Amino acid sequence: MTTLTDDTLPASPRAMRDEMIVFVVMALLLASVPFTGVYPFFVMQALCFALLACAFNLLIGYGGLLSFGHAMFLGTAGYCSAHALKVWALPPELGILVGIAAAFVLSIITGYISIRRQGIYFSMITLALSQLLYFIYLQAPFTHGEDGIQGIPQGRMFGVFDLSKPTVLYYVVLVGFLAGFLLIFRIINSPFGEVLKSIRENEQRAISLGYRTDQYKFLAFVLSGTLAGFAGALKVFVAQNASLTDVHWSMSGEVVLMTLVGGLGTIFGPVVGAFVIIAMQQYLAGFGQWVTVIQGSIFVICVLTFRRGVIGEIAHYFRRSL
Amino acid sequence: MQALYAQLLVGLINGSFYALLSLGLAVIFGMLNIINFAHGALYMMGAFVAYFLLNLGGINYWWALLLAPVIVGIFGMILERTMLQWLTGLDHLYGLLLTFGIALIVQGVFQNYFGSSGLPYAIPDQLRGGMNLGFMFLPIYRGWVVVFSLVVCLATWFLIEKTQLGAYLRAATENPTLVRAFGINVPRMITLTYGLGVGLAALAGVLSAPINQVRPLMGADLIIVVFAVVVIGGMGSIMGSIITGFALGVIEGLTKYFYPEASNTVVFVLMVLVLLVKPTGLTGRAA
Repeated sequence: MTTLTDDTLPASPRAMRDEMIVFVVMALLLASVPFTGVYPFFVMQALCFALLACAFNLLIGYGGLLSFGHAMFLGTAGYCSAHALKVWALPPELGILVGIAAAFVLSIITGYISIRRQGIYFSMITLALSQLLYFIYLQAPFTHGEDGIQGIPQGRMFGVFDLSKPTVLYYVVLVGFLAGFLLIFRIINSPFGEVLKSIRENEQRAISLGYRTDQYKFLAFVLSGTLAGFAGALKVFVAQNASLTDVHWSMSGEVVLMTLVGGLGTIFGPVVGAFVIIAMQQYLAGFGQWVTVIQGSIFVICVLTFRRGVIGEIAHYFRRSL
Repeated sequence: MQALYAQLLVGLINGSFYALLSLGLAVIFGMLNIINFAHGALYMMGAFVAYFLLNLGGINYWWALLLAPVIVGIFGMILERTMLQWLTGLDHLYGLLLTFGIALIVQGVFQNYFGSSGLPYAIPDQLRGGMNLGFMFLPIYRGWVVVFSLVVCLATWFLIEKTQLGAYLRAATENPTLVRAFGINVPRMITLTYGLGVGLAALAGVLSAPINQVRPLMGADLIIVVFAVVVIGGMGSIMGSIITGFALGVIEGLTKYFYPEASNTVVFVLMVLVLLVKPTGLTGRAA
């Protein structure tokens, strides 16, 4: 088996410096969006998916585990946040916490079940579990079935920030995204992240070195699922609804596509991938089902010729880790 | 009681599709080490080819039963030659992603031309009507589906487990290099195997066309249930896939009778239970 990613360079002080520079540039670019002509709703949506893709990438890029059901965390957190905001009338910050807590509990349960099998079996199990949840949400009364939970009040964050103002909402979402991103960045560069990488490269060797690899993989799964839930909770404020599309397995496929396009196992890849895919959906919306065909073609092209993804290719060219 | 027997029959029919599809997946997985995510799309293509044969070429159901698997099988072999073979030696996640992309393309193209609604496909004249079995009324076509798919499953099992060709196949799965040293063209065998697996999916598609309508997304949701069937069965043996496929169809049918709310989820719930007790699946060997 060849390795999944091209991230063979050891974490050096230079690499850390490069990554920090790119991070600051990215943060500045994103912070300047309201002053440019770019449609902020599009960027907010892309940021939510970027966070989801980063969380997903933590699992596959660093743990080598392809979850094909990550939409379940997005959707579950979305439904729970939306319910907490609308029915229980909780303030936004608590609404987000409810969503994150729901994703945390769900990732513990699903992680415990799915970590028991490896490779493609793991992928199929996560896919099946997310489809199980899809049917539950389809029938459960609180999700309102096909209609979804709509008209969610945005409210005031911490009683101060009025989220119904687009610019305020934008910065709240941006801060949420950057916080989640930095957390993932920190996890990857921690000793825990190094162990994860060693499991990805050679699980048998990691076991022989005395690591309980199942526990590491389980923890990575829970972290990834919880952060994906954070993305789902943020998305509720952007879209003002929670619907079945967020739990459907095609959403899980889109997350995989975003990460693959940007670069599996690169830190910035999922962000770039999310922006590329969301922009594509935005501008190709008039083509109807051809979008699906284009997405499928991108999958095929990426897997056959372009396995490193956009950022992966750039990083490989400059011999840096990004 | 009538309703119970009816649900049991529906369960057996669904079980036939599960068995045919998971059997094809198992055959492909054995040789190519790829979980064929495109399996559902190829099943759908089988139904569409039967539809085209009838409506454009005036070719009836019986010929479709033979021709559709061959046509879709050839399409599958082209896919294998042009794309899948380049993934040999890579992590098998890439096979899953590639076939997922292929599934999206195929389904998207069909959706563009035929929308998402279903096209009718008439039951062939010879299989119309029904039989009164005394305890229930059996529509002949449905009985035919169960019997015919059972025969196909057993024939495939016989081909792989009991014949010379099957022996080569199993040997090539274990050790391709050694088998190649005996002068057997392993890449061609892999292509043919993929064609066989795909043909089984297409055959299931033709069988299902008169029961379920011919729809572009008919395979998309079914394939996830089949994946759950595969996880439960463990894909350890050919016979395992067949038995698990039929058994789960029947269990699903019984659930539809006793507790309809859970009928969509029972296979997934069973999957969770089996994984908790026996992580390798019922017939699976250790990974």
